[in-house]
Amino acid sequence: MSSSVAGTVSPTRQALRRVRRDRSARVGAVLVVLLIVIAAAAPLLVRLAGQDATTYHIDLLDPNRGNAPAGALGGISGSHWFGVEPLTGRDLFSIVVLGLRTSLTIAVVVTAITTVVGTLAGISAAYFGGWYDAIMSRLLDFLFGFPQLVFMIALGIIIPARFPRWLLLILVLSFFGWAGLARLIRNQARSLVTREFVEAARSVGSSGWMVITRELLPNLLGPVLVIATLAIPGYIGAEAALSFLGVGVPPPTPSLGRSISDSIAWVYTGADPWFLLFPGAVLFLAVLGFTLLGDGVRDAFDVRLRRTS
Amino acid sequence: MSEELLNLKDVKKYFGLRGAPWRKAQAVRAVDGVNLVVRKGETVGLVGESGSGKSTLARVATRLLDPTQGRVEIGGTDVTKVRGRRLRPIRRRIQMVFQDPQASLNPRQSVGTILSTPYRAQGIRPTRAQLVELLEQVGLAEQYLERYPHEFSGGQRQRIGIARALSVKPDLLVCDEPVSALDVSVQAQVLNLLADLRDELGLSYVLVAHDLAVVRQVADRIAVMYLGTIVEEGPAAEVYEAPAHPYTKALLSAVPVPEPGVERDRIVLTGDVPTPIDPPSGCPFRTRCYKAQDVCATQRPVLEPVAGNTEHRAACYFPEPPPPERT
Repeated sequence: MSSSVAGTVSPTRQALRRVRRDRSARVGAVLVVLLIVIAAAAPLLVRLAGQDATTYHIDLLDPNRGNAPAGALGGISGSHWFGVEPLTGRDLFSIVVLGLRTSLTIAVVVTAITTVVGTLAGISAAYFGGWYDAIMSRLLDFLFGFPQLVFMIALGIIIPARFPRWLLLILVLSFFGWAGLARLIRNQARSLVTREFVEAARSVGSSGWMVITRELLPNLLGPVLVIATLAIPGYIGAEAALSFLGVGVPPPTPSLGRSISDSIAWVYTGADPWFLLFPGAVLFLAVLGFTLLGDGVRDAFDVRLRRTS
Repeated sequence: MSEELLNLKDVKKYFGLRGAPWRKAQAVRAVDGVNLVVRKGETVGLVGESGSGKSTLARVATRLLDPTQGRVEIGGTDVTKVRGRRLRPIRRRIQMVFQDPQASLNPRQSVGTILSTPYRAQGIRPTRAQLVELLEQVGLAEQYLERYPHEFSGGQRQRIGIARALSVKPDLLVCDEPVSALDVSVQAQVLNLLADLRDELGLSYVLVAHDLAVVRQVADRIAVMYLGTIVEEGPAAEVYEAPAHPYTKALLSAVPVPEPGVERDRIVLTGDVPTPIDPPSGCPFRTRCYKAQDVCATQRPVLEPVAGNTEHRAACYFPEPPPPERT
C-alpha cells in the first residue's frame, strides 16, 4: 500500500525511530549485536584460535606458584589469547566465548518464554476478568512471595544429574520469571479494557482473540519490549549467580558464572587475578549492553515522559 | 406502522456493588424497567441528566451489556440470551457511535485498520475501494486512510467513529452523546452529517444526549429519563411545546433563551438526584418535585397517555394540562 501522505508513521515506528536517535541506546545496541555475533560464532572462533575448552595444558602452568599459569598476564600468548585457566591450563578464550554462548542462550530462551507466557496471562486476566483474573492474581502473589533462590538451590541438589542442567535452569527461571511481567501487563491492560475502542471492537462483533491481539497487544508492545530487553541482563546475571553457587550449568560446559566463582581464590591470593578479568569483563559488557538498550527502548516508549501529539 | 428495529421490554440493569461479605449486597439500579420501541426511519432522542442511565441503556440495547432483567428484541427477534459468535449477525443490524472519539479509536491503528475491523470481525477482507467509500460517506478524503487517530481533530475523529459504525451497513445507530465532547461549531457539522446519512441510507437513530438543543435539532421522538426510568415519551414537538411531566418541564425551563430581555419562568429544582442504590419509593422524582403529594410515595406511576394522546405518554399522577387549543 503506497502512502500518498508524506510523514505518516505509526506510533510504534516513531518510538523505534527515537531509539535509533538515542546515543546510549545505540552503544547498547552495538554491544548487544557484537556479543550475540560472538556467542553465535563461538565454536567457529574457538576453532579459529586453534583451541578448545577441554584440553589440559599442564605444561603451561607453574608448579612453584601453585599451578598458576606460567608467564605474565595469566599466560597470554599468541595461541592463548586470554591466557589459560590456572590448575588445568585450559584455554581461557575458548571458555569465555563458549561461556558467553551458554549464558546468552539461556537468558534469551528464558526471556522469550516468560515474555510470551507473561503477556498472554496478563492480557487474558485483564480481558476476561472475574474468577479467572482472581485466580491468576493469587497465583502471581504466590510466585512473588516464594523464596525463589532457596528453591532453585534445593531443586538443583534434588534433581538427578541425568536431567540436563541447562534445561532445568531454563524451566526454573521461566517458572518464576513470568510473574512480574504478567502482573504489570495485567494492570496496564485493565486500564485499556475499559477504553471505548475496546467496546467499539466488541460492538462490531470482534472475538475475544481479535480484541486481545489487534486492540490490546499493539498498545502494550512498548512495556512488553522494555521489560523483555531489561529482563535479559537479569537472566544473564541469574544464570551466572546460580552457576557461581554451583547449581547452574555443570562442568565441563563452560559458564561465565562458574569461571568467576572458580577465580575468586586466585584473586584472593593474588596468584592469578587475570582469571577473573576476562569472564568478568564479558559478563559486565553483556549486562551493560542489554541494559543500555533497554533503557533506550523504555525512554522511547514511555508516553508519560514524552508526548508529541 | 413501520417495522420495529429495536424493542426493549421492561429492561433492568443493576450493577452489583462489592462490599464486605457480611454486609447486605447492594446494587446500583442504573436502568430500572424501561420500555422503548424504535421503528424504521425514526430518530429517538434519549435525554436525561448524568447518571440517569442513558448510556447504560444504550449499551444494553447494543448488547454490550447483558440486561439484569427484561427482553431485548432487535429486528423482531429476541436476542436477550444470544451470546458470543451467534451475536455477530445481530451486530450487523445495530451499531454504536461512542461519546469520546479520542478514546473510541485505537491510537496504534491507522484509519484503514480501524475501518476494516468490522469487516474482519465478520470474516471479510475489505477492499480499499470499500474503505474509501466509507470515508467519503462521512466527508473524509482517501488520503486519510493511512493516518493515525492523533493526527485528526475531534470532529474528524468522530466522523471516523461514524464511518466504522456504518461499515456493516446497520439499520440502527445508537449514538451515545455523539457530540458532547466536541466544540459547539463542530457539533452542528456532525449532527448535520448524521441527518444527511439518515436521509441517504434510511438509517434510524437512538440519540443519547443531555443537551436538549442537540436532540431538538434531529429527533422525531423524545424519551426523557430520570433515575433509570423513562418519565415522559412522545413526539419531539409535543414534548417541547407541552411537557407533561414536571421533570421535563423543569429541564426545558433551564434551556437558555437566545433572546435578550426575554425572561423565562425557570423552575429551579432543589436537592440532588437520589442515589440509584436506594431510589425513593413510588415516583422516583417525588423527592424533588414541586407537585409531589402523598400518593406519589405509594406506587410508581406508569407511562399513561397525556390527554388521551397515546403517542405522548408521561409517568405522573399530576401531569401538566395540555395548553389550550389556539384558535
